[in-house]
Amino acid sequence: MNTPGSVSWEPTAAQAIIDELKSKPGALLPILHAIQNRFAYVPEEAVALIAPALKLSRAEVHGVISFYHHFRTHQPGRHVVEICRAEACQAQGSRELEAHAKATLGVDYHGTTADRAVTLEPVYCLGNCSCGASVRVGDEIYARMTPESFDELVDELRTERLEVL
Amino acid sequence: MSSVMAATRIYIPSDTTAKALGADRVARVIEATAKEQGVELEIVRNGTRALYWLDPLIEVDTPEGRFGYGPVTVKDVDSLFAAEFWSGETAHPLAVGLVEEIPYLKRQQRLTFSRAGVTDPLSLSDYEAHDGYKGLRNALKLEAQGIVDAVKASGLRGRGGAAFPTGIKWQTVLDANSPEQQKQKYIVCNADEGDSGTFADRLVMECDPFMLIEGMTIAGLAVGATQGYIYLRSEYPLADKNLNAAIESAYANNLLGEDILGSGRHFDLEVRVGAGAYICGEETSLLESLEGKRGLVRAKPPLPAIVGLFGQPTVVNNVLSLAAVPFILDKGAQAYADCGMGRSRGTLPFQVAGNVKQGGLVELAFGPTLRELMFDFAGGTRNGRPLRAVQVGGPLGAYLPESQWDTPLDYEEFAKVGAVLGHGGVVMFDDTVDMGEQARFSMEFCVAESCGKCTPCRIGSTRGVEVIDRIRAGQNVDANLELLSDLCETMLDGSLCAMGGMTPFPVQSAVKHFGEDFVKHSTSEHLNSVLEEA
Repeated sequence: MNTPGSVSWEPTAAQAIIDELKSKPGALLPILHAIQNRFAYVPEEAVALIAPALKLSRAEVHGVISFYHHFRTHQPGRHVVEICRAEACQAQGSRELEAHAKATLGVDYHGTTADRAVTLEPVYCLGNCSCGASVRVGDEIYARMTPESFDELVDELRTERLEVL
Repeated sequence: MSSVMAATRIYIPSDTTAKALGADRVARVIEATAKEQGVELEIVRNGTRALYWLDPLIEVDTPEGRFGYGPVTVKDVDSLFAAEFWSGETAHPLAVGLVEEIPYLKRQQRLTFSRAGVTDPLSLSDYEAHDGYKGLRNALKLEAQGIVDAVKASGLRGRGGAAFPTGIKWQTVLDANSPEQQKQKYIVCNADEGDSGTFADRLVMECDPFMLIEGMTIAGLAVGATQGYIYLRSEYPLADKNLNAAIESAYANNLLGEDILGSGRHFDLEVRVGAGAYICGEETSLLESLEGKRGLVRAKPPLPAIVGLFGQPTVVNNVLSLAAVPFILDKGAQAYADCGMGRSRGTLPFQVAGNVKQGGLVELAFGPTLRELMFDFAGGTRNGRPLRAVQVGGPLGAYLPESQWDTPLDYEEFAKVGAVLGHGGVVMFDDTVDMGEQARFSMEFCVAESCGKCTPCRIGSTRGVEVIDRIRAGQNVDANLELLSDLCETMLDGSLCAMGGMTPFPVQSAVKHFGEDFVKHSTSEHLNSVLEEA
């Protein structure tokens, strides 16, 4: 559900997604998920296609996108790294972890590193509360994270990209 | 996976936490090593027992029962094979003995979680071999009213936190009988488990998804609803995968669809994924979201039971409420009601989290104290430091100081001390916690997650952060503490829903019980008087 790819914008693919889902009751969230799963974000161009298909105004679609933390309107880095900010992880050192992550990556939350490898996001609970601090990358959850294991994880994510090249 | 008759069956857990602790890597290495050494093993990926300090907990079928080793890492695999772990070798340093004899597990009353970690979550035959779908088969023999009566008699109260009697909610939807209302009713499962410290819903969906599907199907029969939705948070990708796989299997086996088990009864079920909004765990906000809108809270009345999803009568129940239903219809309402105390009947799956030595799921009949849960079961803090504060019931729940740890785990007993049980999440903090910072976070969380519809919540939380910042900076501490107190009262009394209405709980409890953290470097008469009162 959160695995950004590097797929570029294709209006016909987006239209196909919309056409497939638009007759579902309450179709807007399923459509936005499908668009973001495909393109890693919800481009402005997609809003222009979704609104008429659901007989909504673009403002209404935009209002829904902006209400939900999960939806993003800009291309993220190659990996979205989410750090749990909730209380159970706080009890296990997540405040130090997030400070460390921001400092070493050189970005604040919602920011993307200069090499576009990592976009850092906060998340409120991954349900891994007995084994915090927790981090999510794509559909993988990481337990008992420390500043050291976070650095190792980021190194791995950056190396993965090099192997692909 | 081997299917040779003589193969020993071993179990490797597969829930989110076990995976996060390396269970998939361990499974791959065990499989490869077995192949290399010519050992016949049948690897079953079970859910998890949720004894998380032991996960990944590898279990081996032996004539005496299932024997465990944990926590197993990739590095331990060689020594496990050297010790011939498949025979239940007790000398290995990771051996924990017969799993069901581990006191943490043995002392629980696992009614809802009887199959968690026992079965393969996606095996329908495994589910049915462990009492699965008996409840539905019984329900199909009953009139709708008979099912509702059974749920009423069980004493089941909503497990999402509000503890409203489930049977009464169902009755309201059953009784909604105008021609317009009869056109379509809905069962909506609230699986937006956003409270920090809770993961019981996740465990149901990852480890025993058929139980939820069965519970929702029974609910559909009980109130005359033919469509169900599971509103699942986007932070639970594995639950999404397992639920969809189980739903597909249920359709393929006539357990969902237009003719359930040949009865002519109809129930369809679909998973809908949320999008990272805590407020959508509030039932009316959830319904707005399901309709494809911003998750703005609706004013009540009308109740969702009368005017719910798309304006139709709707049962909105938490995962655990619906998951308790198959047991009630199988073993009988009395068997469920026999557990518990006072008006809190049955069991509540507690989740022990945060700085905890033996974290996990502890399903207990209501009644034991918070202290028993945190020490007898959970063994205190993970790092061994003294326990100082405990937040029960999620981000909107109060922080409890040691003087309140002997409170029995019961809805009414917790209410008496100004706390809530909520969804049963228990988050433990050691003595390094700064409660001023925690109180600030509660307000900050409300800023981030308020739907924005009502002013006390939307603006009050922002002002709350500012006031707490001033107090912590030592500015006009007396006056600002009074202001914070007023602000909390306004939010409590004036908010449309529990988001703004309960955010003051953690804040006020932090000030009341841990006031020294707010004014570390200043003297304050007001605070001293607060502290004396407490």
